[in-house]
Amino acid sequence: MARYLVRRLLWALFLFLAVTVVTYVIFFVTPADPARLAAGQGASPAEVQRVAEKLHLNDPLWKQYGLFLKQLVIEQSLGESFVNRREVNDIVLAAAPVTASLVVGGAVFWLMISLPVGIISAVRPRSLIDRAGMVFVLVGVSAHPVWIGLIFAYFFGYKWGITPITGYCDFINPSAGASCGGPVQWAYHLILPWLTFMILFAALYVRLIRANVMETMNEDYVRTARAKGAPEGQVMRSHILRNSLLPVITILGMDIGLALGGAIFTESIYSLPGLGRQILVSYENFDLPVILGITVFATICIIVFNLIVDIVYAWFDPRIRLG
Amino acid sequence: MALLEVNELRTSFKTDDGIVRAVDGVSFSVDRNQTLGIVGESGCGKSVTALTIMGLNNARNTISSGEAMFDGENLLAASSGRLRELRGMRIAMIFQDPMTSLNPVKSIGWQLVEAVLLHNDISKKEARERAVTALGEVGIPRPEKRVDDYPHQFSGGMRQRVMIAMSMINEPDLLIADEPTTALDVTTQAQILELMRRLQEDRDTAIIMITHDLGVVAEIADDVVVMYAGKVIEQAPVDPIFTAPRHPYTWGLLGSLPRMDLEIERLVQVPGQPPSLLNIPAGCRFNPRCSYAMNRCRVELPELRPAPQSDDHLDACFLDEATKARESVRLLSGAGASPGAA
Repeated sequence: MARYLVRRLLWALFLFLAVTVVTYVIFFVTPADPARLAAGQGASPAEVQRVAEKLHLNDPLWKQYGLFLKQLVIEQSLGESFVNRREVNDIVLAAAPVTASLVVGGAVFWLMISLPVGIISAVRPRSLIDRAGMVFVLVGVSAHPVWIGLIFAYFFGYKWGITPITGYCDFINPSAGASCGGPVQWAYHLILPWLTFMILFAALYVRLIRANVMETMNEDYVRTARAKGAPEGQVMRSHILRNSLLPVITILGMDIGLALGGAIFTESIYSLPGLGRQILVSYENFDLPVILGITVFATICIIVFNLIVDIVYAWFDPRIRLG
Repeated sequence: MALLEVNELRTSFKTDDGIVRAVDGVSFSVDRNQTLGIVGESGCGKSVTALTIMGLNNARNTISSGEAMFDGENLLAASSGRLRELRGMRIAMIFQDPMTSLNPVKSIGWQLVEAVLLHNDISKKEARERAVTALGEVGIPRPEKRVDDYPHQFSGGMRQRVMIAMSMINEPDLLIADEPTTALDVTTQAQILELMRRLQEDRDTAIIMITHDLGVVAEIADDVVVMYAGKVIEQAPVDPIFTAPRHPYTWGLLGSLPRMDLEIERLVQVPGQPPSLLNIPAGCRFNPRCSYAMNRCRVELPELRPAPQSDDHLDACFLDEATKARESVRLLSGAGASPGAA
């Protein structure tokens, strides 16, 4: 186990370096002038030059990257935003809970839908629910989240006024200056984003779970369980589900890890101040420290969730031993 | 009355390509402490026969008729709840591939305990003790330790022992073994057969042994049913099958068996493939592959009839007695069924 963890951490370090280097390189090959943007409109060339100097933008690439690493290791700081001089750590920490609320809540929703629908349509192929499920899958996979989001916001938010159209509320009671807060308002404001975010995944997972359950149903050990006289419910719970959900766990972990880096479309439509929206804004301003900060955070999320998947998997499947 | 009497059992599957008649009018019986061997090539309907008796076919696309009287009760007419009570308790089954027949994510102890608790109102602790005892009986060393291991920690032979322990744990009256030794090497095969025989003697169990291996049949069976394309083509006590076989297909099966007592250059094989059950040949189902086939064989389906001298030896073949006698003697002397005959 210890050896496994060490190996995983070394991999994580390598992955981290690779991702940040690539981000740096891409940033520098794009034809843009972050110093001019940072200095503001109407700044004189001398001022732009001074800003560039201050932000180390004139240094060679490797030197800037070294500076970034040094700062990260020694001060645990991701630096300051080019645009508004805010600490990137603060920006990421403020945006991450929003994205996490969206992703984790969305995952709960999509599992609540895809598990029962997937299982029922596997057990009763060609039944009404199976066919309805397949229509849903087709729609969910084909429709773009932006379109779904707009439709939802128009009907639920604008036309029928059931839900807020946009905006986010903190889970914990309102901070100074915030318009609302508390768990109820938080959930109320997130209903539409959750639904929008969930549809694509719910559709994919219905298909995934259906296929896995169908495959497992034909396994020899399922027949053995029936030959022992086990009732169908027990066969499903003890023999089919445990085995067929193993691959689902893997994919779920990876999807959540990936989405925590920012659900760009959903956050943008509903103006949720999460990581996805933040990175979009930062790209427009060529705000390298913030882009890097979010990239680093997303990488850590993916690494952590893959680790969790491995551990959960080993716990579920006795054939797997970490080491 | 025998423990299990199967009469005119028929099973068809509805598929996209049409109706597959996998089992077409099969009758046999087996009694306590007796072993019935069902022999035939892959796809001849022997496994489907077993699954039909167990009620384990997919109900959605299966049509079954006939009857399977188990201790006076027709299994084909029994409710699914009743079948669940019988399965694992009075009728048990073991399968061909021990590598895939056990749930990989549950310990074997868990799986044995499940089998016990499904049919007995006892505590988990007692069930576990029974599981340990059962594992010891089938020759698993240190059963009290191994009971918590998972299937992948056992070899194929050991897993089949676990399967046998699991099927015998409730002391069933009937054990259906669907090619239990096919996936095992020869030494392990012999051990498993020996184990089954020992358990049978201890408990008076009736066994249906499904196999394509006549060696296994010679080893363990009291009676033999030879199936071809969903029908029984020969049925007899085990000795006459090996000493006086009467059907050309049985000759073919025997001719393809290596013999220790004879110098044979090359084993005889039955040419061709078994017919598709979607498109069964007219007349005798074996006629396209039979080197003795006559015109009559291509139009008329021979019925299973007793041999002139013995009531318990049945075969479904139009050949005259003289040819049958001559060819079986020729075969047993090592010449093989003559391809050019008739």
